Amino acid sequence: MSVYLLCLILFSVGLYCVLRMRNIIKIIIGIAIMEYAANLFFILLGYRTHGRSPIYAPDQVVKNMVDPLPQALVAITIAIGLATMLLLVAIAIRIYEKYGTFDITKINRLKG
Amino acid sequence: MSLLPLLIIIPLGSGFLIPLFGRKIKGIADLMAIFAAFLSFALSLLFALELKGSGVLACSIGDWIPPVGLAMVIDGLSGLMLVVMNLVAFLVAIYSVAYVKDSRSKWKFFTLLMIMVSGINGVLLAGDIFNMFVFLEVAAMAGYFLVAFGTGADELEASFKYAVMGVVASVFILIGIAFLYSYTSTLNLADMANTLAIRGPSMVLPFVATLFFMGFGLKAALVPFHAWLPYAHSSAPAPVSAMLSGVSIKVLGIYVLARIFFNVFGLSPAISLILITLGILSMVIGSVLAFGQSDIKRLFAYSSIGQIGYIALGLGIGTPLAIFGALFHLFNHSISKSLLFLNSGAIEHSTGTRDLNKMSGILSAMPVTGYTTLVGSLSICGLPPLAGFWGKIIIIFACIKAGRPAIAFIAASISILTLAYYFKALTPALFGAVKENGSKERVKEASLAMMLPMLILAFVSIAGAVLLLPAVGQFLFNSASSVLSNGAEYANVVIGALK
Repeated sequence: MSVYLLCLILFSVGLYCVLRMRNIIKIIIGIAIMEYAANLFFILLGYRTHGRSPIYAPDQVVKNMVDPLPQALVAITIAIGLATMLLLVAIAIRIYEKYGTFDITKINRLKG
Repeated sequence: MSLLPLLIIIPLGSGFLIPLFGRKIKGIADLMAIFAAFLSFALSLLFALELKGSGVLACSIGDWIPPVGLAMVIDGLSGLMLVVMNLVAFLVAIYSVAYVKDSRSKWKFFTLLMIMVSGINGVLLAGDIFNMFVFLEVAAMAGYFLVAFGTGADELEASFKYAVMGVVASVFILIGIAFLYSYTSTLNLADMANTLAIRGPSMVLPFVATLFFMGFGLKAALVPFHAWLPYAHSSAPAPVSAMLSGVSIKVLGIYVLARIFFNVFGLSPAISLILITLGILSMVIGSVLAFGQSDIKRLFAYSSIGQIGYIALGLGIGTPLAIFGALFHLFNHSISKSLLFLNSGAIEHSTGTRDLNKMSGILSAMPVTGYTTLVGSLSICGLPPLAGFWGKIIIIFACIKAGRPAIAFIAASISILTLAYYFKALTPALFGAVKENGSKERVKEASLAMMLPMLILAFVSIAGAVLLLPAVGQFLFNSASSVLSNGAEYANVVIGALK
């Protein structure tokens, strides 16, 4: 149970970062932390204590195995997260060229 | 071997081929994109006609026994959405040829556009929830890039804000999917519906519903989650605004919400109440905020929020008539709002401004653009006999029939408010006298590649009401609304078709 709580704390740290930080690079780091927390949570759902990898061999009896599906799914979400990260960092660099600042409160040309 | 995956393969494949050939051979990027978009439109029409006989088309990738393999399903609802969305995407592809003509990186634009189309088709086809999530991310990611395509200060700011909010929404959706998977041990939507029906109510479902409302509500720009939409829609290039407003918010937001809440969870009174509340909030706040706008694209963007509210309201009422009205309004709004955004692009292209106060005499200087704008905005306002009228009147009638006259009254008065702000904003720009400012040359009509899509969309929004006649197109809307109103049957139908 405590693992899940730690996971929740990690998620909250990420969300706090996104909501409260003014530097857009820190916001991006916050997003990364949130994604890690979500992925970790998904992996934890499939974890069994003392479980082993679900590979069948003719002479073995597998009693307690880890659910492999979350691992496959998380591999995909990590790839998606990487693409998002690249996009956000690329935009952040361009924003710095245009506005000369990383401060999100000063990047407010659009109003209304 | 089923042909369903072609709807994803064709746009995605062209998305990879365009960079290979497009940067070497001049002009081939446009042709490839238009051809791919046309093929996927033709295929979606074909599948929709096939639905008339069989009711549902399904295939299991790699011939796994369901519910193990990846399932792709077209039923009435996704059939209707596929036809409408691919029609808009095809016309936007034609329009983009003229719009990004001068850009050196034209092939990048078409690559991203095609990847977005494949993501949209993937969401509509997906029969399991994780596939839906992945394609949703593909479409949204292409959307973030396309908003920033101009790489001006405004575009970058809008794209960054949109991307941050979109990514946070996606994380919420992912956590929701994780909870659902741990509770049901399956990802297939039909199998999940069966498992949930067997296991009965629990604490997990309301929690997951909340996460999904936050996630998909943000993608649909329902009101507490709407902040990104005016930025993104007004800063993006016009064809991208048309795609975002006409296609993206409806498929990534409304369609997925409807599919999960109606077909998997089953519509409970609480979910229905939340949909109605969000719908009314969006209608009122979107329309009120639209009042003060002087930027033509911001006006249309806020009006999008208001009209999405009608769709959510119709779905929330939940009677077959209300769902029918909501789907018809979705069709109409998709067509008319894409038309209006394409028009705003043509006006900006010719006059060089988006400020409504500086525009005047569009109707006499640019007759085609002016009259199609008139048709589109009248259709959004809901003047008979344009298609927009019928969608709204059905939703209002359904509210009265469901015993909620107060909501019907709000919906009707917001409709009048919509008419008022369109009238106030567009009348001087369209009907005013042409300003003579000597030095500048006369404002020219948009080019043919821009006019053709606008004319087709205007024709559809005039003639859309014909689709309500039983003989013509009603079977599409009827089968779509029966999918939602007989929510629980979805599981059996799909599992039966997969076997």
